[in-house]
Amino acid sequence: MSRPAPASHLFRGTALPWLLLLPQLVITGLFFFWPAGQAVWQSLLREDAFGLRSEFVGLENFADVLADPTWLASFGRTLLFSGSVAGLALVAALFLAVQADRNIRGASAFKTLLIWPYAVAPAVAAVLWLFMFHPHIGIFGRMLNAAGIAWDYKLNGNQAMLLVIVASAWKQVSYNFIFFLAGLQSIPKSVMEAAAIDGASPRYRFWTVVFPLLSPTAFFLLVVNLVYAFFDTFGVIHALTQGGPGKATETLIYRVYTDGVVNLNLGSSAAQSVILMVLVVGLTFVQFRYVERRVHY
Amino acid sequence: MRRDPMAYLWLTLGVLIFAFPIYMTLIGSTHDASTIGRGDVPLLPGPLGAENYANAWNGTGGGRIQGQPAGLMLANSLIMALCIAAGKIAISLLSAFAVVYFRFPGRMLTFWLIFVTLMLPVEVRIIPTFQVMVDLSLTNSMAGLIVPLMASATATLLFRQFFLTIPREYVEAAKVDGAGPLRFFRDVVLPLSITNIAALFVILFIYGWNQYLWPLLIINDRSLETILVGLTKMIGNGDAQNEWNIIMATAVMAMLPPVAVVVLMQRWFIKGLTETEK
Repeated sequence: MSRPAPASHLFRGTALPWLLLLPQLVITGLFFFWPAGQAVWQSLLREDAFGLRSEFVGLENFADVLADPTWLASFGRTLLFSGSVAGLALVAALFLAVQADRNIRGASAFKTLLIWPYAVAPAVAAVLWLFMFHPHIGIFGRMLNAAGIAWDYKLNGNQAMLLVIVASAWKQVSYNFIFFLAGLQSIPKSVMEAAAIDGASPRYRFWTVVFPLLSPTAFFLLVVNLVYAFFDTFGVIHALTQGGPGKATETLIYRVYTDGVVNLNLGSSAAQSVILMVLVVGLTFVQFRYVERRVHY
Repeated sequence: MRRDPMAYLWLTLGVLIFAFPIYMTLIGSTHDASTIGRGDVPLLPGPLGAENYANAWNGTGGGRIQGQPAGLMLANSLIMALCIAAGKIAISLLSAFAVVYFRFPGRMLTFWLIFVTLMLPVEVRIIPTFQVMVDLSLTNSMAGLIVPLMASATATLLFRQFFLTIPREYVEAAKVDGAGPLRFFRDVVLPLSITNIAALFVILFIYGWNQYLWPLLIINDRSLETILVGLTKMIGNGDAQNEWNIIMATAVMAMLPPVAVVVLMQRWFIKGLTETEK
């Protein structure tokens, strides 16, 4: 904890602070710890075919999930999808932020025009891209078909994957842009001038001076983007492809949804949720461990 | 320093890539369904804008879609987003105040209990949370939609960080004046927190508005449907014969409120975004 506060800087009492904390603790307990505990408990159970009885099966659900080739395929697909979304969104955002940090007129207008897609919901982003790339009604979908490319994301799995990646990354660029621009603007001008006086070319300056100074921001954004691609893109996939065609765009979170809600396989769905929790906790841990500018306690 | 013509070119290109999907959506919302269904979407606005928006708003498209009136769904989304934002801010202010200005048994424990929730987005624990809602008979209700989404530590941590920067001498002064903790909270802490509250409100409003998986699960009653879920239900499998003009008008209405909040409250938005993630 931070420095200890002297008693004169504190209020006395025990009941009042607990009372103030009560709403948050109740909500956290009911909708966070209870379900998380349920997930762990259920992941150890298996229901019979009629859902009447359930028996304790230990780690069998986990073993089944981890040995299931379709789950492993989903896992690999999720890595490909998340890596592509994060990579695309980070590179595009860094590039635009470097341009916006240059000595230009109207920088603030450009900034406004580049940040608003943050507010567009993933599901809406999917609708916008669907409308452009629909094989029959989309302007680009029709162009592609007219150019002799058989474009139909509802039939071709790779095309479906490409479309969900682009729609997901499109929405995330503005978030990264804001952080990269803030990072660039916090680099002291004197550092840049010193490098310029030493005769370093702009490209050399970028890779040897600017980029290392931005790397904590970039790493932090990488984690945020991966978490975004893991979970928040559910809306994109649900609106655009429903995980299809086949299972071509079924990511892990989409699978938790189909197994739990559509197929009602609760044990397996719970085991998958627990695996996802472990993944997120791991990612968060890496982030806290290696990114110093995060909160200190 | 010299001006950089290439920077304009690239930035303009970036702006166009961002704007073009929206432009097409706006265009699509001003034509009739059969023009779009034939695949002849023009690049210029058509004459039916007012009619399409009115139909979408009232849910009177007729034809193939069985959409709810967008007006109703927008109201649902608005209630959800406002309550999530206001609720999160209220409970976080109180708990951060308790953690910073009191020393009591179990303080560190409560702090960690709240802190841990940072790690798990609602999507991860969505199915078990849904079952808890079934046990509590809270499905299909506005409360069931809103309250679980208030459990998050981000706002608490942000306020805690901010409260630690308020000079401690204020507490002493308040005590000398005979003010108790609640009065101190109301007269000193709350007024000083206004900009932080505003910044956080912008972020949380967008967060609430853009919720998708949770409303999809928890709400069956179509009179409680939010605009995003309603929008994708109208699309179904994406048939060319959908009433795309109405769908596009609904899409525009679905994105307008959060986009307007970001553009109009840009300063607070950037403050809120960069500080909640710090």
